[in-house]
Amino acid sequence: MARPLSVSLVSADSEVWSGEATMVVARTTEGEIGILAGHEPMLAILGSGEVRITLVDGGTVSADAADGFLSVEHDTITIVARHAALANA
Amino acid sequence: MGAQLRVYRQKIRSAQTTKKITRAMELIAASRIAKAQARMAASTPYSRAITRAVSAVATFSNVDHILTTEPEKVERAAVVIFSSDRGLAGAFNSNVLREAEELASLLRSQGKEVVYYLVGRKAVGYFTFRKRDFIESWVGETDNPVFDTAQDIGQRLVDAFVTPASEGGVDEIHIVYNRFVSMLTQSPEVVRLLPLEVVEGVEEPDSSDVFPLYEFEPEVGDVLDGLLPVYIESRIFNAMLQSATAKHAATQKAMKSASDNADKLILDYTRLANNARQAEITQQISEIVGGADALSSSK
Repeated sequence: MARPLSVSLVSADSEVWSGEATMVVARTTEGEIGILAGHEPMLAILGSGEVRITLVDGGTVSADAADGFLSVEHDTITIVARHAALANA
Repeated sequence: MGAQLRVYRQKIRSAQTTKKITRAMELIAASRIAKAQARMAASTPYSRAITRAVSAVATFSNVDHILTTEPEKVERAAVVIFSSDRGLAGAFNSNVLREAEELASLLRSQGKEVVYYLVGRKAVGYFTFRKRDFIESWVGETDNPVFDTAQDIGQRLVDAFVTPASEGGVDEIHIVYNRFVSMLTQSPEVVRLLPLEVVEGVEEPDSSDVFPLYEFEPEVGDVLDGLLPVYIESRIFNAMLQSATAKHAATQKAMKSASDNADKLILDYTRLANNARQAEITQQISEIVGGADALSSSK
């Protein structure tokens, strides 16, 4: 695992979470998608559901996000949702 | 106490009371500016991400989408005016309304019909007083805008935009709002929201980084469908936040100069009151001296 992904999760009125991660799993309108480092650039519409972020140290962060989109480019992942909140794991 | 002196004292007291009120309002506005600025800053990552994504899609897809293509003939244009709920903010509301009037007459000169959407009680008051029609209005939370309102406004605008003009829809959407430039400057801005124009300077991504070729999921058209309403909402929310911050700054400035004017009035009236008091004393002395003279000479 050479490069970590830099992930930011933003909602309409604030940045909910940002940091480095090894894997992000999110639900798009087409189904669940898992993203690792080196993924091709992508723009997808987010379905409502859980976003799971696996951190560099192995821990996970999960959040509920609805109504938004997901963009991947150069190992930078931006998850943008009208309403997003960290789930209390 | 002479009548003149009493009048001056009354005016001084009245100016002092006014000053207390304006000073309090100034301090309240000042504390709200900081809060409003923080909210503006907090919403920046969201609007930046959306702007970036929209520009990426717009540059890299040749799809004809209703929201991005210029209609051949524009019959009706919507103007959204962001004013405030309360006055006492100097030229804040008159500036934005004047700008909107100018835009409307420009649009009319191009043969377009203009319809209005209003945000804030002041704009609604301006229109109802002149008995002019508007389609929809939102009042009550311009001081502290909430995202749900932006979502509602965005939804209405997109709905009106996708409706053909012959059925009462609009072909263009413009927004007019006060932009917060600094504590001292608020400038009224006109932005054409739809059809999409080149994205505003502030949030444009650095020209240095080139957009990668995106993979779209599900399809480019669907992604645009999903993205553009979100973009519109975020632009509207941004305009609301800007307008709220600018309103607080304008209020602070207006109330500061009101307090300063009250100070000046108090000073002027104090001088006049002293003058009147002195004149009264002089008059009393000369009356007593005159009276004593008359008594001593009559003996």
